[in-house]
Amino acid sequence: MTEWLNVILQGVLIGGLYAMFAAGLSLIFGVMRLVNIAHGDLIVLAAYVALMVTQTLGIDPLTSLLLVTPTMAIIGYALQRGLLNRTLGDDLLPPLLVTFGLSIIIQNGLLELFTADSRKLQAGAIEIQTFQVIEGVWVGLLPLIQFLVAVAVIAALQVLFYRTALGRAFRATSDDQPVAQLMGLDTRHVFGMAMALSLAIVAIAGVFLAVRANFDPAIGSARLIFGFEAVIIGGLGSMWGTLAGGVILGVSQAIGAQIDPGWQLLAGHLAFLVILAVRPQGLFPKVSG
Amino acid sequence: MPEALLDVRAIDAYYGDFQALFGVSLRVNVGEVVAVIGANGAGKSTLLKTIVGLMSPRRGDILFDGAPVGAAPAFEVVGRGIALVPEGRRLFPSLTVEENLKIGGQSRRPGPWTLARVYDLFPVLAERRHLPSTSLSGGQQQMTAIGRALMSNPRLLLCDEISLGLAPIVVRDIYARLPAIVAEGLSLIIVEQDIAQALHASNQVYCLQEGRIALQGAARELTRERISAAYFGV
Repeated sequence: MTEWLNVILQGVLIGGLYAMFAAGLSLIFGVMRLVNIAHGDLIVLAAYVALMVTQTLGIDPLTSLLLVTPTMAIIGYALQRGLLNRTLGDDLLPPLLVTFGLSIIIQNGLLELFTADSRKLQAGAIEIQTFQVIEGVWVGLLPLIQFLVAVAVIAALQVLFYRTALGRAFRATSDDQPVAQLMGLDTRHVFGMAMALSLAIVAIAGVFLAVRANFDPAIGSARLIFGFEAVIIGGLGSMWGTLAGGVILGVSQAIGAQIDPGWQLLAGHLAFLVILAVRPQGLFPKVSG
Repeated sequence: MPEALLDVRAIDAYYGDFQALFGVSLRVNVGEVVAVIGANGAGKSTLLKTIVGLMSPRRGDILFDGAPVGAAPAFEVVGRGIALVPEGRRLFPSLTVEENLKIGGQSRRPGPWTLARVYDLFPVLAERRHLPSTSLSGGQQQMTAIGRALMSNPRLLLCDEISLGLAPIVVRDIYARLPAIVAEGLSLIIVEQDIAQALHASNQVYCLQEGRIALQGAARELTRERISAAYFGV
């Protein structure tokens, strides 16, 4: 019994990471209808940026977020204004193709610079610290921090979207671009800010990913799929739904892995397919009206 | 001649190869209400879209307060003091009534229009401020759209078909508030299919027919017959 409790708890905690993969993806699609195929590779890019920062400055990975997050946000803004804004229009295809190309460029660029060797960020003692929740159920400090950070990120996004002028601008631009311009909103700048925010979340996700497990330039596409699955399970447009989507995916994978280690990914994909078949709008779609 | 706030000089506008406006000229003086009437497809909305920068004229000039508006993008035009109440209201469905109004004030131009002042003008909106804009009746949505445009403290307010799809009593109610808006020093262009309403509310009338100005004059001097002739092109 406690064995299964442990499994589910680990699944919930990893679900926080998946929710962070998903939040940036969902934000971009929501604001500008852009499906960012390079999202997973940008997560890996953030991990490498953190690797450089930690190695150069000798600081620990969590502290490196103070530098990695703004760096990724600036990259996001520049990417949007310099490249992606030019692909946006009535057609969904050009941004899809351009971000697909971007994904290949990032992967190969990282391969060229850092080789295909696996890397990992060392966070020191907190990586192995654990404590007992109840008799026989153990929680690692790092996964717990990661989950709490994910909840904080989702809560902050929720506040930003519904309580600030920037969030209002995001929602208005998403609703009706030409009229948003009539309100004095430069939609190119609004999109830039959305991508900056998305990549700031990517930075946090990338650092936790890199502390938790080995990474190399090729792992981005699998993170993209986890992100997509969490978004679709949760329902587009709902922040807390995205967190729930991540948790459901994490728990499914953990249960699959417990039954047979080879079933980890399969179980996650199966859970996703079942929800897609039964409830294609996701579990917590945005209430329209 | 009084000072022209808006001076549209012989503009041509196109949708691709289709020419929608042919040498259209129009003048709005400070404090004046100008009605633009015409049948469906006469180019009324195109004229407004060109003035606010959603479309660029291929020929001709648009001067606002003596300076060319040129090919300025829409988000800059509002900062200069031109606001549009779009046809069909086009409120932001994900925003509440108050958020719709607040986003109208995004450009932060100074002036008399604040949330409180808009709620004074349309008290019904104050009661519904926290509701989604989609839950309002058509008339209330139109009031929100007008309030949203006023929040940018424009000097020129363009109203595109504000009576469209509304019950006559609601239209009269909304038109009854226009003098209070003009009293704050605004100039108005109202685009209307409801000719009687337009004549009643305006000082100057322009009648568009197939992209050309077919008739213009002071509202009180134009006869119904002349307007009908220009409107229907008979």
